[in-house]
Amino acid sequence: MGMPTLTIDGKLVEFTPGQTILEVAKANGINIPTLCHLKDTTPTGACRICLVEVKGARTLVASCAMPAGNGMEVKTDTETVHVSRRLNVELLLASGNHNCLTCEKNGSCKLQSLAYAYGITDIRFKGQTQQYPAETENPLIIRDFSRCILCGRCVQACNEIQVNRAIGYGYRGAKSKIVTTGDRPYQDSDCVFCGQCVEVCPVGALTEKKAVGLGRPWETAKVRTTCPYCGVGCQMDLHVKDGKVVKVTAADGQSNKERLCVKGRFGYDFIDSPERLTTPLIKGEDGRFQEASWDEALTLVAKKFKAIKKEHGADALAGLTSARATNEENYLFQKLFRAGVGTNNVDHCARL
Amino acid sequence: MAGLAASFGSGAMTNSIQEMEQCQVALVIGSNTTENHPVIGTVLRRAVQRGGAKIIVADPRRIGLVEDAALWVRQRPGTDLALINAMIHVILKEGLQDQAFIDERTENFEALKESVRKYASAKAEKITGIPAADIEAAARLYATAERAAIFYAMGITQHVTGTDNVKALANLAMVCGHLGKPGSGVNPLRGQNNVQGACDMGGLPGDLPGYQKVANKEVLKRFKEQWNAKKLPSAPGLTLMEIMDAAHKGSIKGLFILGENPMVSDPDTGHVEKALERLDFLVVADIFLTETAALADVVLPGACWAEKEGTFTNTERRVQRVRKAVEAPGQARADWELLNDLGQRLGLDWNYKEPKKIFKEIAEVTPAYAGISHERLDSLGSLQWPCPDKKHPGTPILHTKAFTRGKGLFHVLEHQEPVERADARYPFTLTTGRNLYHYHTRTMTGRSVGLNDLAPTCKVEINPADAARLGVNNGELVQVSSRRGKIVASACVIDRVAPGVVFLPFHYADAAANMLTIGALDPVAKIPEFKVCAVQLKKVA
Repeated sequence: MGMPTLTIDGKLVEFTPGQTILEVAKANGINIPTLCHLKDTTPTGACRICLVEVKGARTLVASCAMPAGNGMEVKTDTETVHVSRRLNVELLLASGNHNCLTCEKNGSCKLQSLAYAYGITDIRFKGQTQQYPAETENPLIIRDFSRCILCGRCVQACNEIQVNRAIGYGYRGAKSKIVTTGDRPYQDSDCVFCGQCVEVCPVGALTEKKAVGLGRPWETAKVRTTCPYCGVGCQMDLHVKDGKVVKVTAADGQSNKERLCVKGRFGYDFIDSPERLTTPLIKGEDGRFQEASWDEALTLVAKKFKAIKKEHGADALAGLTSARATNEENYLFQKLFRAGVGTNNVDHCARL
Repeated sequence: MAGLAASFGSGAMTNSIQEMEQCQVALVIGSNTTENHPVIGTVLRRAVQRGGAKIIVADPRRIGLVEDAALWVRQRPGTDLALINAMIHVILKEGLQDQAFIDERTENFEALKESVRKYASAKAEKITGIPAADIEAAARLYATAERAAIFYAMGITQHVTGTDNVKALANLAMVCGHLGKPGSGVNPLRGQNNVQGACDMGGLPGDLPGYQKVANKEVLKRFKEQWNAKKLPSAPGLTLMEIMDAAHKGSIKGLFILGENPMVSDPDTGHVEKALERLDFLVVADIFLTETAALADVVLPGACWAEKEGTFTNTERRVQRVRKAVEAPGQARADWELLNDLGQRLGLDWNYKEPKKIFKEIAEVTPAYAGISHERLDSLGSLQWPCPDKKHPGTPILHTKAFTRGKGLFHVLEHQEPVERADARYPFTLTTGRNLYHYHTRTMTGRSVGLNDLAPTCKVEINPADAARLGVNNGELVQVSSRRGKIVASACVIDRVAPGVVFLPFHYADAAANMLTIGALDPVAKIPEFKVCAVQLKKVA
């Protein structure tokens, strides 16, 4: 038996049973805009942006949640589809404070992109006034409920990607809000500050507190690297502006699949600590450190090592290399001790 | 690592992280995964949530993963081996083993079979404190799954029986044939970003890069040629703890410490401090003036990870790139640069200009890395060793057809009590570890806004029953002392620990848990017994 097929925008395509219409479209190069859709989680169909026409269906269907069916006829690019999507964007824009001027997400906001794509210049609807104040008490994450569109991506990320189960939907109707258990602030809840909610928020409702005002998305360069903390090896992007790391976001690495933990995401400002060592130091007779040049410091190290080797033999010297340093550095370190000093007294803190 | 190498021939994680979403049973022993390897914790939780996997947690503490576990067994600290042997006993008694796997792929099974007879679950209950029925349930759950994986970390290795504990887990996996296929294996979770790489690169006293032994004449001859070295030492060197002891005794005179902080991370801090002070010459390269660097004669300012190019190798043997995003402050330089310059001053003909070239040399001398290069990593993202040639896609699962050493070797292992046990004077058992918000000696996380605010001080976890007896309330200061030292920490009264057991994170230099811990070592791996020592508690008036 062959693969099942469906027609999408007039094109007959095969699909794997279980795929959604959205996934089939994507696999065939057809772009359907989404807001609430989050890869690798259960579809919620909350935002109604990915609506498509399916022949025989009573209404437009959310392509992110609808499984593809054999023989289906799907249209993604019709007048009805665009009118509905546009209306839904307008309603979302009317639902809160979507002033982009100082919003941290300006330039990477999915709602802003949709408004731009649909050429929405003014809002026909009068929205409700926001009833929940922003939560700014914790040191890492700002929750600005006035910008929240209740798409639920943060809820999916927290419950299904990180499986921390710290947030969900609270209250009802126009009073709906994303809440922790008992609607407590993050720092008094089960939240472990992995920041996955911030990572997936399509608008400016959840932002990194430490990055506020430090740079717009188009002003920063992203450098892909590996997290310096535990051994999982999460891939991350360092956002750099004017020679400073202003933010860290997750990348789609083989071991982390767009996840980070609190240390990887927020543990970067030691880079710019005023306590960083900036010059070699040599301890004087009085036991105090004096600043020195590299040449002075390394010459002294070489001289001392040679003297100890001469007097007591190479095995009177030892080196502890580092599980924090790169492979290249560890390689050179052990080569230095074996080939340069002449001892195998090389170890590191693997045992600690 | 020594344990797995003896059993399988390779000391690394046998399987890969993301495939674990497909495992049916995960035995998590001595790993507080959701705090210490949070992203692996999410994979295990997703395995439960999406795939209906069952987790067995074996841990003296009610760790976060217990919430997701089908079964939690709370062993008395230091009795893991008795638990594992008892599980094997149950499996063999009930005929749940994979006899075909045992017959075809392993050796020394009869001896193992004989040796675990002594570990009937009723007897193991007396040693471990785990009800016999739970030991049996854990054994059945693990043995009867089609895909079952074992995860462990320092909770298994930081004991005097650490190497044996690891071998015992290897025995367990081999008995059930849970190796060499997806969602299975024996998986040590490595605690530091590049601890796997530091081992791979020969940062070990007996091993050149790629675990090639210094004592092997042919290996040494080849390295002499490849390195253009007149001679290379053939006697294995000293391990970290032996180096500290030798410094203490005066036979080590000069020490170079690259980016480590043994003053906080090593056991029995008082002993370490004396050892370092007795050196004629100590040089430390680090990014901060750590507790260790403060004792140095020369301090060299290093570049941090965001300021240099290179590679790290993660816990699943995955080599990935580190890229330079910003400049190092002041005159700080990457370690590879300062090592190159020091090498020249020590008479080596070195002229390393970029990490890419160093990596090329690594690939030339290290068979498992032979097919890896910065260029391939830049285009593919990552490669898992062994990767023997430039076309090789890397190896996600080890030992699929045969073990690295040929046949998997069963070891006969006996339970041994921890070196120091609670007694009348020191009635509590102390176990140590990390918390979510900090990393190792806190040189980085302690200087990161937010992380430090979320966990600013050292807290000692005490069971409510013990706290009531001592008259200690949550948040009150408690003096914790052992035969080696004392510290003051605030009490966290919580049933995460069993009565009679207390837990301390080792991150905090101002309340350093390692003032208390014991320097007793595993005889093979020389890992200190951080996980068990005896302490007394006193409320600070």
